[in-house]
Amino acid sequence: MTQARNERLSTASTLEVPALALSSEQQRELYQLLETVRHLDLSAIAWQRQGIIPGYAPERGQEAAQVGSAYAMNRELDFIFPTYRELGVARAWGVDMVAYMSTHKASWHGGLYDPVASRFAPIQAVVGGSVLHAVGWAHGQTLNGPLNTSTDEPQPSGKYGVAISYFGDGASSQGDVHEAMNFASVFKAPVIFFVQNNGWAISVPTDRQVAGGSVAARAAGYGMPTIQVDGNDIEAVYAATSAARTHAASGQGPVLIEAMTYRRGPHSTSDDPGRYRSLDEERSEAGQDPVDRYAEKLQAAGVVDQTFLANALSNAQDEEEQVRAGVIALGSRPGQEMFDFVYAEPTAELKAQAASWREESEHV
Amino acid sequence: MSEITTISMQKALNLALADSLRADPKVLILGEDVGTLGGVFRITDGLQAEFGSQRVFDTPLAESGILGMSVGLALAGYHPIPEVQFDGFAYPAVNQIISQIGRMNYRSRGTMPMPITLRMPSFGGLRAPEMHTESLEAMLAHVPGLKVVSPADPQQAYHLLKLAASMPDPVMFLEPKPRYWQKAEVDVTNPGNLQGARIAREGKHVSLIAYGAMVARCLQVAELAAEDGIEVEVVDLRWLKPIDTATVAASVAKTRRAVVVHEAPLTAGLGGEIASRITEACFDTLKAPVERVTGFDVPYPSGDLEDEYVPNVDRILFGIQRVLTYKRLGA
Ligand SMILES: Cc1ncc(C[n+]2csc(CCOP(=O)(O)OP(=O)(O)O)c2C)c(N)n1
Repeated sequence: MTQARNERLSTASTLEVPALALSSEQQRELYQLLETVRHLDLSAIAWQRQGIIPGYAPERGQEAAQVGSAYAMNRELDFIFPTYRELGVARAWGVDMVAYMSTHKASWHGGLYDPVASRFAPIQAVVGGSVLHAVGWAHGQTLNGPLNTSTDEPQPSGKYGVAISYFGDGASSQGDVHEAMNFASVFKAPVIFFVQNNGWAISVPTDRQVAGGSVAARAAGYGMPTIQVDGNDIEAVYAATSAARTHAASGQGPVLIEAMTYRRGPHSTSDDPGRYRSLDEERSEAGQDPVDRYAEKLQAAGVVDQTFLANALSNAQDEEEQVRAGVIALGSRPGQEMFDFVYAEPTAELKAQAASWREESEHV
Repeated sequence: MSEITTISMQKALNLALADSLRADPKVLILGEDVGTLGGVFRITDGLQAEFGSQRVFDTPLAESGILGMSVGLALAGYHPIPEVQFDGFAYPAVNQIISQIGRMNYRSRGTMPMPITLRMPSFGGLRAPEMHTESLEAMLAHVPGLKVVSPADPQQAYHLLKLAASMPDPVMFLEPKPRYWQKAEVDVTNPGNLQGARIAREGKHVSLIAYGAMVARCLQVAELAAEDGIEVEVVDLRWLKPIDTATVAASVAKTRRAVVVHEAPLTAGLGGEIASRITEACFDTLKAPVERVTGFDVPYPSGDLEDEYVPNVDRILFGIQRVLTYKRLGA
């Protein structure tokens, strides 16, 4: 049986993580983000039950890992390569939430946001599929050469923009992930491999998924520094990602972060976790809820009070209302779009197919 | 003014790559052994020396890695020209080719085009070990979002590769291995029309439709048939996605008989697709059903049996015979 998550921090981190002092304002911002993501995520499950969206991949328990890591990245310079479970990353990064949810509404694979403008790659359904893309993009930054440091501006961001690739412990079994780690180390690419080890790949627990002790231990075998971090601790994740970013941005190559989290609830809205674990097991293995934990910490430190927390919840509720309305208002895409984006230079043949589709269909 | 040189396809491809690297600083070449060695077929010979190891570089030996990395490089504004050492070794990268390269422009609603030119030494004819001799064209042509092209001679090779390397969409560039060392005239200044198919030889009795290495073989068949007074028209398809139905149909409308020739297995091969298009376009004028002369539904056999597998002159002549002697029921 799987042990409690925090006991499974088996690999020593090999990259030193300096302590980071967050301002009270930043802490409050982080908490607001956590609360917003928690609320949107739970709501999305409700929307599925209400028939507003056909399906959703919940992330309860991973909010701290997602928000904390995204918060550490640079929005002007960096690029995010997500999977299908990155609502929290997207929200913390500023991706439009209705456009993000549109993928779960089945409007458009990859979502309706502009991935180039938002520096957040299209939602990826293939497990491990985009990990190599992050390496390629990162190598592109190296080829571009160091960022312009000739100005008098201080350059806290380092020499290179950094790619961050999110994936799960299950995805870490994919050959592409191993090719990506090897390539990244060989090319010293400025990339962060951010593993959310949530304990499960659908019904298969990590110990039936990951040989070699941990994902971080494998990454160490590729010669890159690694950090294992308590994924329920948002400030620890933020500090770890900041350290990794500094390392990669300065041209020292890739870092792998393994955030130990726990996916509470089902893998997706069509999953039945009762078939592979009990609610008691979930309670005993999940560790402390990351949102509650941060609320307690900030309260104890006098950074937030009950009023702040109540406000944070009500802000989250307001935002959820707006996103919900936006998602409901999303009409079907015009059929023509099916043909519009296949090629940058569409073929005459495809244009002909589009023309006959138009002729033969009623909904023009 | 035209500038004509007589060179091999290998040299023509090498020149096209050099020209592409020179023309666009965003063009990159990556793959296994493409650097100092110049590729196992020497297609990238001398390019690293001339353009540096940032622009022409060896990768670790992992095809999915090469293609997946190319996706990221394309996202970062580059035009990667990855090489897969042999066609059969593209299979480990099929996930990246189909689910990523072929779809990224679509998935991203046109904001992330994939200007990737994947070069693959393709098809048989070298009596090479297993997986060094494959025909992926039907599989690739079936994938939405990809374009597929195969040159038949040095002139086509030079200009089609330069064209592919300037296109914003992913192009699967299938190089016919047995033609690498055949020399022919190349007019580097005059590409001619590179769109669609091309008539490689005119004739009026039957159309042979082929691509890649089979074009040269069909031209040889045409020579032999001419001795018997049969005028064979040879259509070099060139683009396998999209297929130039109009040029094929125009040829068949004239000859009223068609034989499609390819090395790939018969079942679900491009021959069936082309035959179907000809039937749609030329049903009334056809004097015989469209014939196919292809490989068989077996794995590409080892060298000893290769000549039995790849359509040879005799089998193609039999195909021509079948369409020429076809009798309608009751006629
Ligand atoms: C290549 C591939 N195989 C199978 C699937 C089906 N699938 C979707 S999610 C999943 C489990 C992934 O687990 P993990 O990587 O740990 O991420 P998590 O879902 O736990 O966040 C599977 C098998 C897929 N999407 N892609």
